[in-house]
Amino acid sequence: MKLDAQIPAGPIEKKWDSHKFNLKLVNPSNRRKYDVLVVGSGLAGASAAASLGELGYNVKVLTLHDSPRRAHSIAAQGGINAAKNYTNDGDSVWRLFHDTVKGGDYRAREANVYRLAQISNQIIDHCAAIGVPFGREYGGLLSTRSFGGAQVSRTFYTRGQTGQQLLLGAYSAMMRQVAAGTVTLLPRRELVDIVVKNGHARGITARNLLTGELESHSGHAVLLCTGGYANVFYLSTNAATCNVSAAWAAYKRGAGFANPCFTQIHPTCIPRSGEHQSKLTLMSESLRNDGRIWVPKAKGDKRPPNDIPEAERDYFLERRYPAFGNLVPRDIASRAAKTVVDAGFGAGPTGQSVYLDFRDAIKRKGADKIKDAYGNLFDMYYQITDENGYKAPMRIYPAPHYAMGGLWVDYNLMTTIPGLFAMGEANFSDHGANRLGASALMQGLADGFFIAPTTVSGYLGANKFEPVSTGDKEFTDSTKQVQERINRLLAVKGKKTPSELHRQLGNVMWNDVGMGRTEATLKKALKKIPEIREEFWKDVAVSGADKDFNQTLEKAMKIADFMEFSELLVRDALERKESCGAHFREESVTPEGEAKRDDANASHAAVWEYQGEGNEAKLHKEALTFEHIKMAERSYK
Amino acid sequence: MPKSKHFNVTVRVWRQAGLQEPGEMVSYSVKGVSPDMSFLEMLDILNDDLLKKGHSPIAFESDCREGICGCCGLVVNGDVHGPDEHSTVCQLHMRRFRDGDVITVEPWRVKSFPIIKDLVVDRSALDRMIAAGGFISINTGAAQDANAIPVEKDKAEEAMDAAACIGCGACVVSCPNGAAMLFVGAKISQLALLPQGGPERNTRALNMVAAMDKEGFGNCTNEYECEAVCPKDIKAANIARMNREFLLANLFSKR
Repeated sequence: MKLDAQIPAGPIEKKWDSHKFNLKLVNPSNRRKYDVLVVGSGLAGASAAASLGELGYNVKVLTLHDSPRRAHSIAAQGGINAAKNYTNDGDSVWRLFHDTVKGGDYRAREANVYRLAQISNQIIDHCAAIGVPFGREYGGLLSTRSFGGAQVSRTFYTRGQTGQQLLLGAYSAMMRQVAAGTVTLLPRRELVDIVVKNGHARGITARNLLTGELESHSGHAVLLCTGGYANVFYLSTNAATCNVSAAWAAYKRGAGFANPCFTQIHPTCIPRSGEHQSKLTLMSESLRNDGRIWVPKAKGDKRPPNDIPEAERDYFLERRYPAFGNLVPRDIASRAAKTVVDAGFGAGPTGQSVYLDFRDAIKRKGADKIKDAYGNLFDMYYQITDENGYKAPMRIYPAPHYAMGGLWVDYNLMTTIPGLFAMGEANFSDHGANRLGASALMQGLADGFFIAPTTVSGYLGANKFEPVSTGDKEFTDSTKQVQERINRLLAVKGKKTPSELHRQLGNVMWNDVGMGRTEATLKKALKKIPEIREEFWKDVAVSGADKDFNQTLEKAMKIADFMEFSELLVRDALERKESCGAHFREESVTPEGEAKRDDANASHAAVWEYQGEGNEAKLHKEALTFEHIKMAERSYK
Repeated sequence: MPKSKHFNVTVRVWRQAGLQEPGEMVSYSVKGVSPDMSFLEMLDILNDDLLKKGHSPIAFESDCREGICGCCGLVVNGDVHGPDEHSTVCQLHMRRFRDGDVITVEPWRVKSFPIIKDLVVDRSALDRMIAAGGFISINTGAAQDANAIPVEKDKAEEAMDAAACIGCGACVVSCPNGAAMLFVGAKISQLALLPQGGPERNTRALNMVAAMDKEGFGNCTNEYECEAVCPKDIKAANIARMNREFLLANLFSKR
């Protein structure tokens, strides 16, 4: 595997412009002769399909949902960053670039992040033009709010539903192309394999979820816009169907997988209430502006929180980080909460939570002010927990949220398989070891609306394509292999449900590979995961038929991939001995107990190459150099 | 504080293997239900139990389980999305029920949403209506600066109220006429309220209404059931605006 990032020469400000000029084009009248397969219909997928359709390519979009609008981008709350500087507070492309590289703890590629910051402004322009109802000021111009990791107000929003409105905007642009005939929508199709012919991605195998039939789709390029893998932890803020399967299929066909151990744990989520729990719900981190986080000073103190006097409370964030207090970044807040809970100071009946207390803010500002600012969040908290956050402190706990790692891509967002692109959360590109809030939406739309039409055209224009047919051996072989795997799953006829086995895996991942990782816990996980995987293949219960609408089979297929992928994630975490961003190796800490990077030895992207079933993956490294941003230790004391 | 006391319920569920197969209500008992469980988690437990016994689990759809993706949709004891006001069924929790309750669970039943299996229906008609005109025709890269067109704050807020639709289809199911006018009205309103949507106002209203008729949805007779069940509290006033847009388009459009 050769890692060539294809970073254009020249000054960083000019790289993207000169690259766009140097890339090959496809004549407008020839574009309809090219078939582009887009897998996934979230922000990245829908916007890529729309922009490629607008250019005139023949696009097919596959989504596992009944409608493209269900993709999990829909659930993003806070906003989308852009370097507009409408607020006159000193923002610039350069500052957004700087904040993103620093926020990622210096583990992202400078050229890609700079381009992202450049494109951010066009995204806002385009989304306003296609009817996204952004929040506005009384003068009619766009409004912004502040977010973590930045000292400027650059986050555009539509109430607490920014992801929903941006996704519906991209979806509407794509549906316009469906009407125009350039985009064909194939809902309820799940990618099960990538078809590679003569070294190029030339199609996919998909399972029709209604009929269970395996379908072959051929094309000149394949775009994976298939999201992140936080569900490897079982409980996460992700939707139930979020999975690693598409990226994993690509990996098994030769695409490098980068930094799988970079997973973000979000500090403010509603804690689990019992074994039945199917997902965790995120509460906007804006709550930390007014809420104070604490636990009882006494271990196992089961008194109701309001009965615990001030002197017996430990406001641990304020104690440890007096300068930033409750507003430290996500990775720091999450780790601090885990530390007190692990030490036995956890709050609530399960002991697996910390208090987020608005008592003082209500006293100072009045309940009405707090209601104005956060009313919908208090309502949501009540709906889920039956507890009144105005009367007693809320209980919160961190939860897996986002995957910074993903398929390795070059500057063109192409994987190590020519013709196979990865966009949005599915790639590893822009967030390094920690993503800043409101940057995921920016990246998804930058990739789909603005980068895909340029670099995919460049690929199509630069290559001669031999004809392929879905009857070719590569397609029929792929179908055969997938069918064998399905048959194997159905033949197990075991006693444990897919969810039970997934939960078992998730427990290992959360306890041993979660917020804090040590060589010992990682090695323990490396021992346990193959045991669970073996149990899965011996004892999983999948009922029903293969050629049918079969949700249990769908679920089992996704979990089977998590059973393999989790091991790669752990190996990556073991290999990266430094702490950086969300990856916290307890052996690598500063004297103050903070993440300690090892820039001399670990300033690289770790890229894993598949070596066949049963063999250890091979590690490659893409060195990261920082010519424009000075590397420094992040401190929030 | 959770007052966890586990209890038992009976669920009567619509089972139907496929559109052409006959369906029936089947009763199952679910034991050890926690009041902190969501309604769908209770169904998860039932499904795991069915699977362990070698039976076929109940097919139902949900994804985000935080009330925004629009995937879930069930009729619980006759209530669309269950008994809670302006909520999706994934946000319904078992503390709403008592020990010994018999809970009836049915799919969205309306001609335009054919049943796929058990509680899963085909709502693709909603996508086809959006494709008929629920967009603004501007190609990527062609937009001017976002602040070049000011939008009155109240108008932007009203547009957002309409845009909040999650496309679940509850409005259609609750309507005695099986009308999709709240869904279509919300999209037409959102884009009519924004200056960016102005140039296509007429064609959008004509095309989307035509698509709605083609899909076999009914017409509004002012029952207001849609507004009552909408998880996002989208107002029936959007239907009035749609009618106005449609009327004006018929009067003034050259098409």
